[in-house]
Amino acid sequence: MRVGLAQMRPALGDIQRNYHLHLDWIKKAKQNQVELLLFPELSLTGYHLLDLTYDLGRSVHSQEIKELVTYSKDLDIVFGFVELSEDHVLYNSTLYASNGEIVHIHRKVYLPTYGMFDEGRYFGRGEVIRSFPTRFGQMGILICEDMWHPSAPFLLAQDKAQFILVPSNSPARSLDQSEIGSQSFWYANLENQAALNSLFILFCNRVGTEDGISFFGGSSIVNPYGDELVRANMLEEQLLYTDIDLDEVRRARLETPLLRDENLDLTIRELNRIRQNRLEQKRWT
Amino acid sequence: MVSKLEEQLQMAPYLALDSPLAISILTSALKEEVEKAGFHKVVLGLSGGIDSALSLYLAVQAFGKDNVIAVCMPYRTSSASSLTDAQKVILDTGVQSLTVDISPQIDAYFELMPEATPLRKGNKMARERMTILYDLSAHYNALVVGTSNRTELLLGYGTQFGDAASAVNPLGDLYKTQVRQLSKFIGVPSSILEKAPSADLWEDQTDEKELGFSYYDVDRFLYHLLDKRLSREQLVQQGFSDTLVEQVTKRIARNQYKRRMPIIIKISNRTVGVDFRYMRDWGL
Repeated sequence: MRVGLAQMRPALGDIQRNYHLHLDWIKKAKQNQVELLLFPELSLTGYHLLDLTYDLGRSVHSQEIKELVTYSKDLDIVFGFVELSEDHVLYNSTLYASNGEIVHIHRKVYLPTYGMFDEGRYFGRGEVIRSFPTRFGQMGILICEDMWHPSAPFLLAQDKAQFILVPSNSPARSLDQSEIGSQSFWYANLENQAALNSLFILFCNRVGTEDGISFFGGSSIVNPYGDELVRANMLEEQLLYTDIDLDEVRRARLETPLLRDENLDLTIRELNRIRQNRLEQKRWT
Repeated sequence: MVSKLEEQLQMAPYLALDSPLAISILTSALKEEVEKAGFHKVVLGLSGGIDSALSLYLAVQAFGKDNVIAVCMPYRTSSASSLTDAQKVILDTGVQSLTVDISPQIDAYFELMPEATPLRKGNKMARERMTILYDLSAHYNALVVGTSNRTELLLGYGTQFGDAASAVNPLGDLYKTQVRQLSKFIGVPSSILEKAPSADLWEDQTDEKELGFSYYDVDRFLYHLLDKRLSREQLVQQGFSDTLVEQVTKRIARNQYKRRMPIIIKISNRTVGVDFRYMRDWGL
């Protein structure tokens, strides 16, 4: 199976332009026989939208989304957009399309709202973390910050995911003498989670600059043993693709049966106890 | 011999940057910000000092020497060595340059204001230079690249709407120590690297004399105050003097106005800058 990552540079707040960029990347991916193409977070809109968020929200039934989904006939595509729900809530969503149909939509759960991030001001919080079947096997989507909450990949693995797709908009910041801050944490996180849950992780991070804030790229694909298979360049647009062996999930899980041995009942029991304790705690102690 | 810069980076390794990576982020972002606004050229004021020299070298890496215009704007009391150093940079980079002597307009104005203080004169010169750069910006269809570093911006050591004005500023997130590190790496001539920083508004003026502390000391302090978020007590424990803590923290707060757009009195429910929020790169 050949998977591809579109390490692209979306224009800020220009859906039309980004729509055409998507078509270009899809075309390029097809020429390279890519069967699953992952775009970065909010690939159809750009990231620092602020008040543009209100104008850019699109229903899954909107013309733009429906048309883009039709391009998933020869390869599966996964792209990000501002979703306007039927009850008028805006979500930071990623959509999986295959064979001209919507297969799944993940609404970002963990919206960073600290430091340079302001997502909680504009977006509603997703309430579901769930895997879904695809023609390649069971998959899950976690958008950027979602991946920094270990419960999120844990849930997907328990829900039988064999792949986690991680579209991201991770900025180049806190530079020191060796690297961009958070960059090595990202790779350590991806490698650990892939190995602990014996699944493939596809991390697609954007590039480009919005008001002086650059996104570092460096997209990466990690196998179920936690080995990085390929990594894209920093700060440059690139179609990164590689062939992966789906049977590696089976082999990794037989070799190290962490998932088989996971005690779900214990986890649920203890979580319920913790939750109950928190509810019962006096407010002013 | 260990240079002062090397000494500082040994003492404060947390200020050191991965130079190639920093330069690659700065130049790629600079290029993208200028080009997506529809420009291909930039213009900047070159004083002969280290900050404008680094901005120029970065601009040359981003756009190529043929798309960068350096403007020297001396006043009659400007030191001769400043002009010589500016010329060195122009020769070394091969950029197009022009010199505009600002003495006639400055002197004409202050003939009417004989009581003006050096501060007023310095600010007026900085703003005169700004108006020239913005005029040339229109003439050459080139955006103005800024030259104010992070230390200066935080200390408010610059003229509002003067040297602080620009369209894009590649130095604004670099402490002075980091400006020196990158300048050395990128090949700024050594006479510029080694001389005492000065606004060159009057003879023998140096920034450090005027500020009352050295850039190296204040950079280490700013790092602990801002990047490490230490409390006043913790800063003193780190060895920073009470006077420095007091002086610098006051300066930062007092000069916040220079870092912001003018205050707008709120009347509507979508006030520019308050609840009308868009990035400048809107639609670019």
